[in-house]
Amino acid sequence: MNEFLLNTLDATLRYSTPLIFASMAGLFSERSGVVDIGLEGKMLIAAFISAAAASVFGSPWIGLGAAIIASCIFAMVHGFATITHKGNQIVSGVAINIMASGLTMVLGLAWFKQGGQTPALANDERFLSITLPGVDIIDYIPILGDIYRELISGHNILVYLALLIVPLVWWVVYRTRFGLRLRAVGENPKAVDTAGLSVDRLRYKALLIGGILCGIGGAYIATAHNAQFTKDMTAGAGFIALAALIFGKWRPYTVLSACFLFSFLKALEDRLQSVVIPGIGEIPVQFIEATPYILTVILLAGFIGRAIPPKAVGEPYIKEL
Amino acid sequence: MKHTKSSRLGGLIKKTSLALIAGAFVLSASIAQADIKPAVVYDIAGKNDQSFNEAVFVGITKYMNDTGIAVTELEPTNAAQVEQSLKKLASRGYEPIVAVGFAMANAVQAAAEAYPDTKFTLIDMVVGLPNVQNVLYKEHEGSFLVGVLAAMNSKTGTVGFIGGMDIPLISRFECGYKQGVKWQDSSMNVLANMTGSTPAAFGNPSKGGELTRTQIQNGADVVYAAAGGTGSGVYQAAADAGVLAIGVDSNQNWMQPGTMLTSMLKRVGEAAYDSYEAANNGTWEAGFRILGLAEDGVGWALDEYNRDLITPEMEARVNEARDAIIAGDIVVHDYMADDSCPI
Repeated sequence: MNEFLLNTLDATLRYSTPLIFASMAGLFSERSGVVDIGLEGKMLIAAFISAAAASVFGSPWIGLGAAIIASCIFAMVHGFATITHKGNQIVSGVAINIMASGLTMVLGLAWFKQGGQTPALANDERFLSITLPGVDIIDYIPILGDIYRELISGHNILVYLALLIVPLVWWVVYRTRFGLRLRAVGENPKAVDTAGLSVDRLRYKALLIGGILCGIGGAYIATAHNAQFTKDMTAGAGFIALAALIFGKWRPYTVLSACFLFSFLKALEDRLQSVVIPGIGEIPVQFIEATPYILTVILLAGFIGRAIPPKAVGEPYIKEL
Repeated sequence: MKHTKSSRLGGLIKKTSLALIAGAFVLSASIAQADIKPAVVYDIAGKNDQSFNEAVFVGITKYMNDTGIAVTELEPTNAAQVEQSLKKLASRGYEPIVAVGFAMANAVQAAAEAYPDTKFTLIDMVVGLPNVQNVLYKEHEGSFLVGVLAAMNSKTGTVGFIGGMDIPLISRFECGYKQGVKWQDSSMNVLANMTGSTPAAFGNPSKGGELTRTQIQNGADVVYAAAGGTGSGVYQAAADAGVLAIGVDSNQNWMQPGTMLTSMLKRVGEAAYDSYEAANNGTWEAGFRILGLAEDGVGWALDEYNRDLITPEMEARVNEARDAIIAGDIVVHDYMADDSCPI
């Protein structure tokens, strides 16, 4: 089996995990009619709180729990501004991002006095890679053994959780009563209101689910993929998740493919550096860095067709009197 | 207080078109001060990056403790603030002002032109003005030494290098390292990656970790990071995989004890210290200060965290290389001399 490909796909899984959590969070929120540009901020505060709590209490699980709570608080602030007070959703989202960026540094300086960073996490304070059972047995089978050992086994638990969450999201959105109402409230909130359901309550619920998912995504970045919180460490993952959401037309499985595509390009970028291609020579690092963006533009322009958002997204629902 | 008062007064007089007198007034106010008013502007990565900026911070803290003179520190959070910070400090009479990092060259140029009487010390880059001192390091010489150590510790015959931003300065680390590796063992293979092409590449531990995993999968068992804050991700990934890593700028051996082979020291803290001290003694000079192994401006770290990893044989070999470089028997090629690396 091609080792290069396996390693690249392996890294793709690691890169895609926070994107999957954040884009699924965005899916709930936007399907309910609330634009969520604050995915980045929620992941950032979650990353910080998870590393801080894991470091202080010595357990990544406590870190994960604290991260979810912190992210949900931010989601509720967004809800309070945009649902209860009908504020502009973009403005509130931007405010969430700025608040997270500033707050993590201020709290980090006050608590740890390391320039806004948290202390590096020891092995028992973070999520480690786990080897799945049966690696030794399947190893004897050619190809399949390699794939199982290199690609499927040896990730941390949050990576597996991300992969499991997508079918769950699909099931909730398309096969449950809550999902039906969620989709309805994003398309035509008036109809939902007429049917005697509370638009506000549905949207709050969607944001809360988004908060939980962003919390897990943030915790992954600081306590699983890395072992420390550093300044602005989400590095735009929330925005890429938002792009994946649009790219994937607000549908769970297509969004998942978009997340995989973006992560694959990133993993490829790491590996194509200083590779000499016969006849062309060494590819400049700048070109490789730009490739994902160029490809995104090309794909968005020609291949995926029109991405139509939920009809009522971005508009606060005001009940007519 | 005295100063702001005089400039406010200066503004008033200017309004009544007596600008000349006002100028003389401000000048006399700054001469009247006894001690120097030193200041520093850190790079975007911030003073606690555990690497480059922190080395300066440590030197400055030492200066404050030794002399009791307070040093004003500014940490710009984005590139646009750098020039503002420098000019603000200059306008308030601070000098010498130490600017940390290559990315500040344009800002220093502008500030030094606007305030020709203020002394600026720029680390890692050149601005050719009569009031700017440029402190440059022979990073290739220090990197050569850690390259020798890397080659001696590799069992796979492959070692790695991870740079921060793709600029000639970082290529100089890479090129020196490669030469050291090949000097020790010409059959060695060196893998090299850069984290990115913007200054953010010095603060991206996630990507540093991924690049390290890639290099380890490709056979590297010693990885040298010249990438500022990105390094913490490199060292973590190396420790997870049980391979050795080499730190940079500050002594980073403590960050992952047991898998940190050594650190390439770049004594930028001493440069800031010396600059302040020289200004206080009146011996500060514009122009160039180029610090290499001979001047003890670069070196390699040996402390309680890596003592067990370094055998007497390795230590002897590195010291042999160091002496040969100082004596001129080994000439380490400088990438920035001709923008190319012979290896």
